[in-house]
Amino acid sequence: MEYCAPETLAEVCAALSNADGPVRVLAGGTDLLARFASGMPRPSMLVDIKKLAPARVIRQLPDGSFEIGAACPGIHIRADKLLGKYWPGLSEAMDLIGSVQIQGRATLGGNLCNASPAADAVPALIAARAHCRIVSVAGQREVPVEEVIISPGRTCLRQDEFIVSFILPARASRSADAYLRMTPRTEMDIAIAGVAVNLTLDDSGVITDSHVALGAVGPVPVFAVAASRILLGSSLDEEVLQRFRRQVSVMCRPISDKRSTAEYRTDVTAVLAARAARIAYDRAAADIAS
Amino acid sequence: MTKKSAAIGNEAPGMAPTIIGTRPVRPDGIDKVTGRARFGADVNLPGSLVGAVFRSPHAHARILNIDISKAQALPGVKAIITAEDLPVISEDMALINNQPPDFRDLSANVLARGKVLYEGHAIAAIAAIDEQTAHQALLLIDVEYAVLQHVVDLHQAMEPDAPLLHEHLITKGITPAPKKPSNIASRYEQVHGDVEAGFAGADIVISEEFTTQPVHQAYIEPHACMAQVAADGQTDIWCSSQGQFMVRAYCARLLDMPLSKIRVIPLEIGGGFGGKTTVYLEPLAVLLARKSGKPVRMQMNRSEVFKATGPTSGTFISLKIGARKDGTLVAAQGILCYQAGAFPGSPVRLGCMTAFAPYNIPNVKLIGYDVVVNRPKSAAYRAPGAPMASFAAECLIDMLAQKLEMDPVALRLLNAADDGTQTAYGVTFKHIGYRQTLEAARQHPHYSAPLGPNQGRGVASGFWFNIGGPSSAAININEDGTAVVTTGNPDIGGSRAAMAMMAAETLGIPYDRVQVLIGNTNAVSYSDLTGGSRVTFAVGMAVTQAAQAVIEDMKRRAALLWSVEPAEVEWLTGNAVLVAEQKQLSLADIAGQAARTGGPIAAQANINAQGAGPGFATHICDVEVDPETGHVKVLRYTAVQDVGKAIHPSYVEGQMQGGVAQGIGWALNEAYLYDENGRMLNPGFLDYRVPVASDLPMIDTVLVEVPNPRHPFGVKGVGEVPIIPPLGAVANAVARATGVRLFDLPMSPPSVHKAIKKAARRRR
Amino acid sequence: MKKHIQMQLNGQSVEFLCETSGTLLHALRDSLQMTGTKEGCGSGDCGACSVMMNDTLVCSCLVLAVECSHADIRTVEGLAAGDALHPLQQAFLDNAALQCGICTPGLLVAAKALLDKNPDPTETEVRYWIAGNLCRCTGYDKIVRAILDAAQRLRGNASVNELQP
Repeated sequence: MEYCAPETLAEVCAALSNADGPVRVLAGGTDLLARFASGMPRPSMLVDIKKLAPARVIRQLPDGSFEIGAACPGIHIRADKLLGKYWPGLSEAMDLIGSVQIQGRATLGGNLCNASPAADAVPALIAARAHCRIVSVAGQREVPVEEVIISPGRTCLRQDEFIVSFILPARASRSADAYLRMTPRTEMDIAIAGVAVNLTLDDSGVITDSHVALGAVGPVPVFAVAASRILLGSSLDEEVLQRFRRQVSVMCRPISDKRSTAEYRTDVTAVLAARAARIAYDRAAADIAS
Repeated sequence: MTKKSAAIGNEAPGMAPTIIGTRPVRPDGIDKVTGRARFGADVNLPGSLVGAVFRSPHAHARILNIDISKAQALPGVKAIITAEDLPVISEDMALINNQPPDFRDLSANVLARGKVLYEGHAIAAIAAIDEQTAHQALLLIDVEYAVLQHVVDLHQAMEPDAPLLHEHLITKGITPAPKKPSNIASRYEQVHGDVEAGFAGADIVISEEFTTQPVHQAYIEPHACMAQVAADGQTDIWCSSQGQFMVRAYCARLLDMPLSKIRVIPLEIGGGFGGKTTVYLEPLAVLLARKSGKPVRMQMNRSEVFKATGPTSGTFISLKIGARKDGTLVAAQGILCYQAGAFPGSPVRLGCMTAFAPYNIPNVKLIGYDVVVNRPKSAAYRAPGAPMASFAAECLIDMLAQKLEMDPVALRLLNAADDGTQTAYGVTFKHIGYRQTLEAARQHPHYSAPLGPNQGRGVASGFWFNIGGPSSAAININEDGTAVVTTGNPDIGGSRAAMAMMAAETLGIPYDRVQVLIGNTNAVSYSDLTGGSRVTFAVGMAVTQAAQAVIEDMKRRAALLWSVEPAEVEWLTGNAVLVAEQKQLSLADIAGQAARTGGPIAAQANINAQGAGPGFATHICDVEVDPETGHVKVLRYTAVQDVGKAIHPSYVEGQMQGGVAQGIGWALNEAYLYDENGRMLNPGFLDYRVPVASDLPMIDTVLVEVPNPRHPFGVKGVGEVPIIPPLGAVANAVARATGVRLFDLPMSPPSVHKAIKKAARRRR
Repeated sequence: MKKHIQMQLNGQSVEFLCETSGTLLHALRDSLQMTGTKEGCGSGDCGACSVMMNDTLVCSCLVLAVECSHADIRTVEGLAAGDALHPLQQAFLDNAALQCGICTPGLLVAAKALLDKNPDPTETEVRYWIAGNLCRCTGYDKIVRAILDAAQRLRGNASVNELQP
């Protein structure tokens, strides 16, 4: 296995396109190295993007949107107060991944490209309506996060492409997100179910925009549009929440595996969805981002 | 502390101990906080090779052919071994002193012979110049299998038409012996009184079925060793284990070598909990070292530890208790089935013996079955066999308390075993402190603290035998009067401190003037392994006796120097004193003049320690259950235990807290999970969920001290009891928090949620 | 072909050769004979191999040695200043916060990272911070107490504890 750590976009692109044989992008490596250790065949080339400046930025752009580098470790994301103010749900979702040690390495890019249905940050990114900037020698394209994972372990990226950064849209006023997951332990665990909710309210507390994403209840994270719609026009009263829970349950297509039964996943996703909606709603109502 | 022990422990009658009961820094502490301590994987010799093990991907298969030619041809590969390289063990060599293990089984476990019996079963081992080459070579070994039907489920394994692991296994303990082989290795029956008559006199009978899953000791240090064989066959093994003498004896028997050809050098052990009371890698490393002529270093990865080393048994337990209206227990009966793994030898007998031991029940009948399944050979795990049986028994006791609307501690007090109680397994208790643990629990503020919504409080008790056994200790006095204590027992949790304290207390010298060494098998007399909660009791007894022998020698030497009779000399706080003449010589004074009084000063004690005091504990656990998700949070935990006498209270508390944490893991989340092919689904710390720091509260401890008169300082074993009550305590707390009782472990969020949902449906 | 790596280890410049697939953990233990850092799982799930890399707490089993070119690595061996133990080391001893000791190096490194960042953590903060460091012996009680105790010592006498070389 060869290793390189280019410092410019052009060099990364060149390394990816020139590789003869399988090539992998290394960001935090918390999934990749654990897999190597468990016997996964190593690629012939490993391209480390941690030295690439655009993949390490966290910044708010003039239009209010945020750009987060794909190779930013969790600790930097969590430590960014401004990001946490606008996107508390995403910030918390990232923070839930693994231990402090893992947070020192793990990245949004890795969390997405590992393409696990249970990735914590991915539902939060989807609910945030985030796009990723994908780059190759052929140029750049922007893809909504929910389109990246096509099946467990597989993404839409070509071998010569990689994700440089994520763009989170500008926040409206009275708007906030939340992410909750279920794990048997308090830490060091993989989500049995995860729910991200991103809401915008009008001045009277009526939900005007709603995005819900579900993790670990299907082969890929689910953008739950139908469930999101139920919340529109409501003030999250009990009857709406009940309908919301039922719709979330309907949208779960989980499997039973070593971590949980399908039935439990479905039930607990509905519970978490209602709780996350409440948190997002209260945050939006408090208008913390303004 | 009793007067008697004070008199023995320190020659001044009635003098209170000054070191016993204090909390000094452990002798090996600095090495362990600076990274200097050497554990199993930390030794390296120049020119050493790296060993790796080829393991079965199948749960059950016949080995048709092993082709090592391609691996052998890989440059850098220096030796390859299979079961062909192991001597065949004849029936008369199968056991040592008629005790388990059966070395034919152990041999077939370290390298499969003809058949693989579980996924991860070792088939071959390779030594190569480096790790990369060794792992490359593993991929080149070609084994042809005839895959057989497998069975990992306990009930299925007991069916008459189950796939057979051992074609000649006839159930022991049944007369007449069955004609057909089965997976039931043995049947054990324990009868006390007359259960039929007992149940006839019962007003209330409660009966339930319980299951528990296999759980692993999950020591953080994987098995590791290094072996070197000299040209004359002299063999050195460096390893982390619970007993260097065990490793020597097992390797000698497995490899058909004289004991004298093997020296085992103990390294620090990174956790064992019973799981390092046997060998896996050591005989392979020796064979590879012999074959290659180079030192060989081996280390398991975490997945190998889970797949190929012993978890404790998964169980099915059906129990019934009968009581009178006032709560008096009159009878208990049941069947306990324990998974042994791939070879016979589950701790089901110990489960039967311990289940109801805390209670005075006149009529008890328990039947135990030891059942082989296509899982790794089970190994000892902290109070082997007891936690599962106790879980079932303590749940029934709690259900009885609920039915009678009695306080669960009061119910236990009503039925508590006392001095003079004859146990169902035969022994009559003496000097026990069970009742005292119940009283202390009842008086503890935790027991009366208010509870919030969705919260519940559970209580459970537990019993463990504790053992003594062959033990040795040597004390050398240096020229400056400092002492070196050498024992043959690996220090798994602070025992060096206890040994140093007992030696210092007895000699009457400061703690920091005593060093403790754990000797290799050529440097110290034989000692049984570190296990059975025996070291502070039994080895401590040897240390104390060796110190007393030193004192006698000191008095003799002082008498020589003073030209008086030894009987005129007294030993007071580290000094020889001639009261009549007001003369005094310190240990250092005498040591400095050792040449004048007969040369170097040393003493040794080799004993077979008897009279280990049984251990009892009562635990209180508060939980909060999320009724919508089934998630259980342990809010508060108090462990009360009769410890006899705490030599170093911090390490006694540590044993209790550690046992509780393991018990909570067992109760809530730990389990071996298998796919339909009998392959383990969770061979790592991500999905084999041991508790992490944020899962637990502080664990309060109450040390009840009912001294053991058979030990010079009153010690009883403390290490194992604490893992027994948590399973029942957590289950009883969950039952009281939710109103729903779970009979199967682990009580993971999905299972708690399912039980709550089912109960809600029933109510509707 | 092996790669040549130069890095700072506990304030000293060191050099070694490694395979590109080799981890920092193996470089430390095998190439540099610094065996204080332990291997418990090789997958980042136990924390026994915790080290500081450029002031960030990481599992050295999840870092490639080739990533460490010119990095600043600190391990348990660098915690004490000569004979003077770091207050965390002393607190672990005084509180009997270790039994077998295999998790201790990783826990000490992790705890130091916490106290450097947050000199006055709550019990809950300590517990969540060290959740990535498994201990199977102690039930964590005495470890948490030791870290809180060390924090107090460090706050009381910060100047004594500037121990990094």
